[in-house]
Amino acid sequence: MRWPERNCSVYRLSEFAPVHNRRQGAVSDIEYEPPYLHPDYRATQLRAPTHRPVKLPDEWFHHTRGPAFGRIEVRPEDADLTRQHAGEPLGQRIVISGRVTDSDGRPVRNTLVEVWQANAGGRYVDPVDDHPAPLDPNFTGAGRCLTGGDGGYRFVTVKPGAYPWRNHANAWRPAHVHFSLFGPSLASRLVTQMYFPGDPLLSLDPILGSIPDPRGRELLVSSFDLETTIPEWALGYRWDIVLRGRDAVPVES
Amino acid sequence: MTPTPSQTVGPFFGFALPLVEGGRDLRVEGQVLDGAGEPVSDALVEAWHEDQFARCRTDEEGAFHFSAQRAPYLNVTVFARGLLRHLQTRMYFPGEGDEVLERVDPERRHTLIAQADGDVLRFDIRLQGQDETVFFL
Repeated sequence: MRWPERNCSVYRLSEFAPVHNRRQGAVSDIEYEPPYLHPDYRATQLRAPTHRPVKLPDEWFHHTRGPAFGRIEVRPEDADLTRQHAGEPLGQRIVISGRVTDSDGRPVRNTLVEVWQANAGGRYVDPVDDHPAPLDPNFTGAGRCLTGGDGGYRFVTVKPGAYPWRNHANAWRPAHVHFSLFGPSLASRLVTQMYFPGDPLLSLDPILGSIPDPRGRELLVSSFDLETTIPEWALGYRWDIVLRGRDAVPVES
Repeated sequence: MTPTPSQTVGPFFGFALPLVEGGRDLRVEGQVLDGAGEPVSDALVEAWHEDQFARCRTDEEGAFHFSAQRAPYLNVTVFARGLLRHLQTRMYFPGEGDEVLERVDPERRHTLIAQADGDVLRFDIRLQGQDETVFFL
């Protein structure tokens, strides 16, 4: 995949990214985290903090336990978004699966994975969404599961449609599925979006484009996978997720 | 291995992410405000400490509330449209403090301390601008 060349000086306007990336020096030299302020994504302009975050000792950031998410109920049927209504949703049936590991390569077991997405027409069930594309009475677009012993997860759903947003003239979000993961610690919490390979909208999207390093952006693009494709039934996409682990500690120079 | 990058929670999570009420004893109320002082009506707020966990979202006024049990502090995470990465802070209960609070510029410490307001505790989160909440990394 080719990404357009960008003038990256805008990212350095944010004091946050370099601080954060020094923290990640032990695990990766990829500038993978988006800055808070990314003017091309308009909504960041009044929401990005302007003060430098207060840096805390590693023990606090990495060893503080994460939320006790066990109060969120997970039923086996929550992982199949095509079977939550009387009929089947419209759209291309797909299977999204992968493994959740930490940045040390260890599987993250038994952690909550929540997903949500637009329907095949690019419309969310959410009442806030006013895009005039049809709702699908057989599709909500929300799912959850717990990772297995090897950190594996799997969802059955339909491929979400692209949809317009009002960030700039003729702006369209590429098709994506939102993911939320907890992991064991405060540091491992992740909310992100998974994209689909070959989507021409990827290189035009300021949200994906906020990630400074193209290698970081590619980490959010799933792969088509014939092995998990179910014959006569659904296309398989694979996407592995890496949460910050214990070695993701700062290297202070 | 490179950790998976963060992306915004977007505006459309309300139908999908179940809310969690939290503890029982105390009601915490607050507002999330942007750099213009306008309410942030599409934020997700999580608060936890040890076994306590609450998850709530803001309404049209930017207001949120959850219930909690007294502790020295709660960890608070804020997600929103326009936040490409979530923000991490702490809400200290009145009269509490520790070495983390002491690391914070004394002039900004008040942004981390909940205020008793009758039967409720008030904790506003200002993402930007005057009295910007202290966030941690």
